[in-house]
Amino acid sequence: MTRKILDQQMREIKEKLLILGNMVERALLESAEALEKRDLVAARRVMAADREVNDRRFAIEALTIGLIATQQPVASDLRLLAAVLEIAGELERIGDYAKGIAVINLRMGDVLKPIVPAEIPVMARKTADMLHRALVAFVNEDAEAARAIPREDDEVDAFYLRIYWDLMGMVVRDPSAIERVNWLLWAAHNLERAADRVTNICERTIYAVTGEMAEMDVTWDELELQNAERRRL
Amino acid sequence: METALNIHNLRVYYGDFLAIKDVNLAIPRNQITAIIGPSGVGKSTLLRALNRMNELVPGCRTEGEVLFDGVNIYDPRMDPVEVRRRIGMVFQKPNPFPKSIYENVAWGLRINGFRGTRAQLDEAVEQALRAAALWDEVKDKLHQSGLSLSGGQQQRLCIARVIALQPEVILLDEPASALDPIATLKIEELMRELKRDYTLVIVTHNMQQAARVSDYTAMMMLTGDEERSGTVIEFDRTKTIFTNPRDKRTEDYVTGRFG
Repeated sequence: MTRKILDQQMREIKEKLLILGNMVERALLESAEALEKRDLVAARRVMAADREVNDRRFAIEALTIGLIATQQPVASDLRLLAAVLEIAGELERIGDYAKGIAVINLRMGDVLKPIVPAEIPVMARKTADMLHRALVAFVNEDAEAARAIPREDDEVDAFYLRIYWDLMGMVVRDPSAIERVNWLLWAAHNLERAADRVTNICERTIYAVTGEMAEMDVTWDELELQNAERRRL
Repeated sequence: METALNIHNLRVYYGDFLAIKDVNLAIPRNQITAIIGPSGVGKSTLLRALNRMNELVPGCRTEGEVLFDGVNIYDPRMDPVEVRRRIGMVFQKPNPFPKSIYENVAWGLRINGFRGTRAQLDEAVEQALRAAALWDEVKDKLHQSGLSLSGGQQQRLCIARVIALQPEVILLDEPASALDPIATLKIEELMRELKRDYTLVIVTHNMQQAARVSDYTAMMMLTGDEERSGTVIEFDRTKTIFTNPRDKRTEDYVTGRFG
């Protein structure tokens, strides 16, 4: 007994998910670089590409739901397809964060030479790298790799904190910078949220492979609370 | 969870051939338990061992015990006819008697020592037909032949006949395999209703049916190096069996990658 149709279409779905992941990864990198360089042409390119990200997400969902309806997958097959639905949604949201950074870039278009913290593109590279490895772990059904990646979320959160204090310093030195600082803080926040969604992807991978539903996430809120505690001490 | 049937080290032989071995299983009361597994693994043999139906097969021998209310149904003091009344069975092909719909059900009541008036008999027949979700479809033609009904209706008539005997457990051997999808769904719905009053055990080749209808699933597989006999390799909540089974062989079977 074999499941040729199911196996072949699941491979196809995984490939499509990887392509979507690559697009989102590129959008993260490009939006952050464009922000640093104040490259408005690149920012528009990211915005335009987000439409395709959304279309591809829906296409993956349609394919997956069709497969569930016609092939009645169960056990590991069902878990994998359920994870695909979740992960495609997470990718779409990460794409939205990249697009959000592009929008911030465009909105700041008329602000003269805002200084963008150099750590924003570095933070984007870290997040994109985690995303890349998270998707490889999913496609390879590698639960161990998926467990390791969320631990790196602390690094992303640390980036965010440094950028935060950096930007706060800017406001202190020059209160008129408050508007652009607010925009930049949002850009950094988008990257921080994107990394949280990478953690969600890892959780889904662990579920698909082992059936175990585990919360891997230490959220920004919890970290911020911990930091506030530390500052008070 | 209360247990309706407690199976201990059950073995069934056909002559020298060990068909099923070392089955240990607690069938939960007022739940639906499905027995699944590949063809020839002994699912029906196991089911038939639960009400001594196998004894009707020449050369069949059973070892181990099936405790029902704490008493082994294989105890020599147990009356097999009484065992089969309290643990009823519905078969793959509907097998109504070539008698009227009414008589098919009344037969069970009479054989069960029914001594009431005609009106009481009428009422008991109606109750059994209602419990089998058949009453509305047959109330105007109770004295037509049971064989005039559709396959799905005949199967529900057979279930009514079993219910009339007031069993505690109902065993169903592929009860819907000869039925169309709508009649199949009716039987499945009926089973969900019956579990309020009875414990049900169903053998099915249709894994989706097991997934839809049962609360618990027992997965059977042939094991052994030389002589291969069927046994239960995994028993769990149906949801677990179909989302995250523990045994790789169960996983391969339910996902369709067996063999």
